[in-house]
Amino acid sequence: MGALHRSSVSPGRGRTFVLIAAIVLAALLSATLPVLTGDIPIDKRRSTYEQMSADTKAMQDEDTANPGMLWVLDGEVAWRTKTGAAERSCADCHGEAPNTMKGVGARYPAFDTKRGAPVNIEERINICRTEHQRAPALAFESKELLALSVYVARQSRGMPIESTDARLEPFISAGRDIFTRRQGQLNLACAHCHNDNWGQKLAGVPIPQGHPTGYPLYRLEWQTLGSLQRRLRNCLIGMRAEIYPYGAPEYVALETFLMWRARGMPIESPAVRP
Amino acid sequence: MASALINVPAKAKRGEIIAIKTLISHPMETGFRHTETGVPIPRDIVTRFVATYNGEEIFSAQLYPAIAANPFITFSTVATESGTFEFKWTGDNGFAATEQAKIIVE
Repeated sequence: MGALHRSSVSPGRGRTFVLIAAIVLAALLSATLPVLTGDIPIDKRRSTYEQMSADTKAMQDEDTANPGMLWVLDGEVAWRTKTGAAERSCADCHGEAPNTMKGVGARYPAFDTKRGAPVNIEERINICRTEHQRAPALAFESKELLALSVYVARQSRGMPIESTDARLEPFISAGRDIFTRRQGQLNLACAHCHNDNWGQKLAGVPIPQGHPTGYPLYRLEWQTLGSLQRRLRNCLIGMRAEIYPYGAPEYVALETFLMWRARGMPIESPAVRP
Repeated sequence: MASALINVPAKAKRGEIIAIKTLISHPMETGFRHTETGVPIPRDIVTRFVATYNGEEIFSAQLYPAIAANPFITFSTVATESGTFEFKWTGDNGFAATEQAKIIVE
């Protein structure tokens, strides 16, 4: 305070200067670093399906036009194929998938007590293979793993996404942290596009809210079926951020958060997306 | 694991125009791409599709590298008599697939 009194600026003018500087700084900060607006209200949530063209919608809706169904057919064969040292098929333990796998796709990633963490459908299938069938784990994005996971997910088509397990809470909040954290050279968080600017255009393409309702899904751009982790990698590359390896806990946390965020929305697997 | 999805109406009236939809699982590798180390990936595409109705050819198509993976081909025909549709895809590396669908014409 003594220094202020000795200066030529009167205390009153000094305070005004600080105030103006603070306003300018706040304006600058808000211009370059917009504040995240938070979650999309439940009644404002939309599946990406609603932003698609009539042609792409028709492709998804009709089973004989939906290329994802080719993987479902392969998955049904794989479900009944005996494999591994145990010479067991999925059907030997789990029976008929349309009955026993109903609702599974709507509640995964689910908490695994032994691991103390959530696992997604792909990981669950590999756990079954290595522990029960005593077969080698399938590679992420391999045709057989996609076929089995889409066959399982397909049995929940139309069912609402469930996220009620309290043990998932720390993982949902870890996923939310990744979703709202700025990363990559573009210094963007997932939330900047998918919470704050959905419905706007990015390079001429509508920005979706990013609900994982249809995975694994057939993406016309990929010309193949892909998992949610593959899609998340796409986004990270677009943000010029470092991608996590397949199966990284960060992806599973994000998946768990995204399923919580889409709770109650119907499953569309296998969806078709542009 | 070549598989195909066929959509032919199970029943139709005589003289009715029916839509037929076919979808086959195929990578349709163009032959223009290279691996990460620069080795060209050889072309592997379906080159021809033929549909017959009770043995008579009713539709055929030549396919080229610009056609996307898992080709979806749809066309229409007139339901003349009950019988069988046969769909044949042939392509590179000896690729051959056949599917059938039955129709009852009243």
